Amino acid sequence: MLKVHRDICGYCGCCVSVCPEGALELIDAYLSVEKNCTNCGVCAKVCPLGALEVVDEE
Amino acid sequence: MKSKYDMLVIGGGPAGALAGKTAAEKGLSALIVEKRPAIGAPVRCAEGIGKEALCEFIDPDPRWISAEMTGATIVAPDGFVMKLGSEMAGSKVGYVLDRKIFDRELVWKAAEAGCDVTVKSRAAAPILEDGAVKGAKIEHAGKTTDVRADVVIAADGVESKFSRWCGIDTTVPVREIMSSVQYVMTDIDIDEQSTVFYLGNEVAPEGYLWVFPKGKRSANVGIGISGKKSGEGHRAKDYLDRFVKKTFPEGKTIEYIPGGVSVCRPLANTAADGLLITGDAARVVDPLTGGGIYNAMYTGRLAAEVAAVCIGKGDVSRKALMMYDRSWRESKLGKSIERNYLIKEYVIKLPDTKLNEIIHSVSNINMKEFSTINLIKEIIRVNPKLVLELGVLAASLR
Ligand SMILES: Cc1cc2nc3c(=O)[nH]c(=O)nc-3n(C[C@H](O)[C@H](O)[C@H](O)COP(=O)(O)OP(=O)(O)OC[C@H]3O[C@@H](n4cnc5c(N)ncnc54)[C@H](O)[C@@H]3O)c2cc1C
Ligand code: SF4
Ligand code: SF4
Repeated sequence: MLKVHRDICGYCGCCVSVCPEGALELIDAYLSVEKNCTNCGVCAKVCPLGALEVVDEE
Repeated sequence: MKSKYDMLVIGGGPAGALAGKTAAEKGLSALIVEKRPAIGAPVRCAEGIGKEALCEFIDPDPRWISAEMTGATIVAPDGFVMKLGSEMAGSKVGYVLDRKIFDRELVWKAAEAGCDVTVKSRAAAPILEDGAVKGAKIEHAGKTTDVRADVVIAADGVESKFSRWCGIDTTVPVREIMSSVQYVMTDIDIDEQSTVFYLGNEVAPEGYLWVFPKGKRSANVGIGISGKKSGEGHRAKDYLDRFVKKTFPEGKTIEYIPGGVSVCRPLANTAADGLLITGDAARVVDPLTGGGIYNAMYTGRLAAEVAAVCIGKGDVSRKALMMYDRSWRESKLGKSIERNYLIKEYVIKLPDTKLNEIIHSVSNINMKEFSTINLIKEIIRVNPKLVLELGVLAASLR
């Protein structure tokens, strides 16, 4: 599951542009993750602040 | 906000503002929808623009110019400094803008021309009929309204979703996104009239670090690194913090700005039935410099010009709108994007030793016309060996 650390995210949209599934959307100051996210981690890699993390599902 | 316009513009950045303004001037009814509550804020930009580029669109106004530049400085990986200036010593070559005010001014000019504007209004989905774009669903204050239009202009920036919802793949390759962070810093020692670029794999892998003056003792201090080089413990922020700690330990950060800049080739296709894609959404940023303000204004204006012609003829099919795609690709802008893409591909592969060597070859350049391309031509002139390495590309640079 993709976790957005909202305290770190600066809502810039860098991650949105690289998501191959189009699963992210920046709604002003809120980053939303759609169900079609495949947990590929590409967005987490490019985030300049490290606000995204792919975590194991409990 | 009405329910039907000739043209609907998604996004109130430089691309959207120029599209809206041009449409209104051409006599079209137009609406700009901006999802953020305020135009121009937060800023996601280092705010640098060349003098000629800016003046092509708007006369410089002290209200939105933070600083005037008389030159640029490039710092090699080993610390060697190359100074670039104008042949006419001391004359202006570019500006660092105040985009909070600049972006507002552009949208204000669109409004003044007769374009409607609505903020905190998000395009949430396209209205599609038989595969053609007919408008968008606009969310504002908890309500969703259908706004129909003959032509929709996607000017929704790097985080663009609109064209993707219309079936166009806009994904930026990981290695071609510049993962960026910038601090607006004050109380720092800087050259207040020169932009500074730091190169090297230690400083900014496959990117660069910049210090763009914003006036007295303050500057935009930022960095972009390739997404490929980014990861836990070595993100853009890690590199920038290291630099700031070393270079401006006493400086104060008054703004904290993450961002993404695409340095890929533009979208293969920037027109569809009822849709034109402009600015960062079309990935038309200069791949070598990461500059996109001019390119956004250029494509925004052109899109509206073409839309006006097509709407006038009653044909907004992809075939008719493709005139826009062809025009910008064939323009000076389109050609320089392609050329600078190839140069970027060459430069990012250079090891630091080679970069040092190249920068050492020219310590001072005073250019007749201050531009990236003239700098590159000069570098090639004094390093004839590069011609062989650049191959076909070199021919286009002479
Ligand atoms: C760190 C950094 C430094 C940069 N430095 C420079 C520089 O020095 N010089 C330079 O020329 N360029 C620079 N750029 C690039 C420049 O900022 C962009 O190229 C430019 O802003 C592009 O303009 P645009 O209108 O295409 O997009 P934007 O300015 O991004 O505007 C797009 C707008 O669309 C809105 N939007 C998005 N989706 C929707 C939706 N669904 N509904 C409604 N509205 C929506 C957004 O909120 C935004 O306001 C830099 C970029 C970054 C990130
Ligand atoms: S790239 Fe990082 S900081 Fe920017 S919007 Fe995505 S999660 Fe937030
Ligand atoms: S993990 Fe992959 S699929 Fe999921 S949002 Fe990030 S980039 Fe998209």
